[in-house]
Amino acid sequence: MADPMRIRAQVAGDKATVRVLMAHEMESGQRKDAAGKLVPAWHIAEVTATHNGKTVLTAEWGPAVSKNPFLQFVVKGAKAGDKIAVTWKDNKGDTRTDEATAS
Amino acid sequence: MQTRRKTLKQSAVVAGLLAASGMFPQYAFAAYNKTAFEAKSLADVLKAMGAGAPVESKDVTIGGPDIAENGAVVPLTAGTALPGVKQILILVEKNPSALIAVFNVTDSVEANFATRAKMGQSSDVYAVAIMADGKVLFAKKEVKVTLGGCGG
Repeated sequence: MADPMRIRAQVAGDKATVRVLMAHEMESGQRKDAAGKLVPAWHIAEVTATHNGKTVLTAEWGPAVSKNPFLQFVVKGAKAGDKIAVTWKDNKGDTRTDEATAS
Repeated sequence: MQTRRKTLKQSAVVAGLLAASGMFPQYAFAAYNKTAFEAKSLADVLKAMGAGAPVESKDVTIGGPDIAENGAVVPLTAGTALPGVKQILILVEKNPSALIAVFNVTDSVEANFATRAKMGQSSDVYAVAIMADGKVLFAKKEVKVTLGGCGG
């Protein structure tokens, strides 16, 4: 099981700025190990964000997103107390969901 | 010379072999557009996404450092204020595969995203907005990289 994400949702007016820091190796598939063998790609492939259970954003990522990826997006019509959940799924089928409350 | 058709055929064969041997779990989900993420250039990516020819637009924004010291972590922002955006793409032209990320925009989020990308070398970075009416708009910016973040 992967480490938890850090999610922060900050409300300003009727919008919430959501910042997510995910813990993931994001191996690019370009790197070689000490024995000269290619390290296979291992990266987050799909990201889904929900606002009070409703999907507001989906994203597809390649291996070129940085290690421990950062993502920032703005949810419209969000207010304090709303639940923002983020799910990722990597190319090995591992998945993780974390939730934060907007404030 | 290897044509695109040949390449596609070969990768299909390899994919078939891998699938047959059960070694191919990572691309088991349908939504993930593998072809687009393996494409080498902006034009190929757009073709794989089924989008038309791109037009440069000042309504699309791309943000990033002029000089990135560490190519492993390059903060990039992409977005547009135009209504009716379907997808926002971030691309780095000279990476081994150009496409970094695809964001599927809904009405409930602003079409403005920030993330961090790896860059192998100094290159143009692109923000591409695919609109609901089929238009494809892009903006580009050059980012110089002091230390590449792809190989090693």
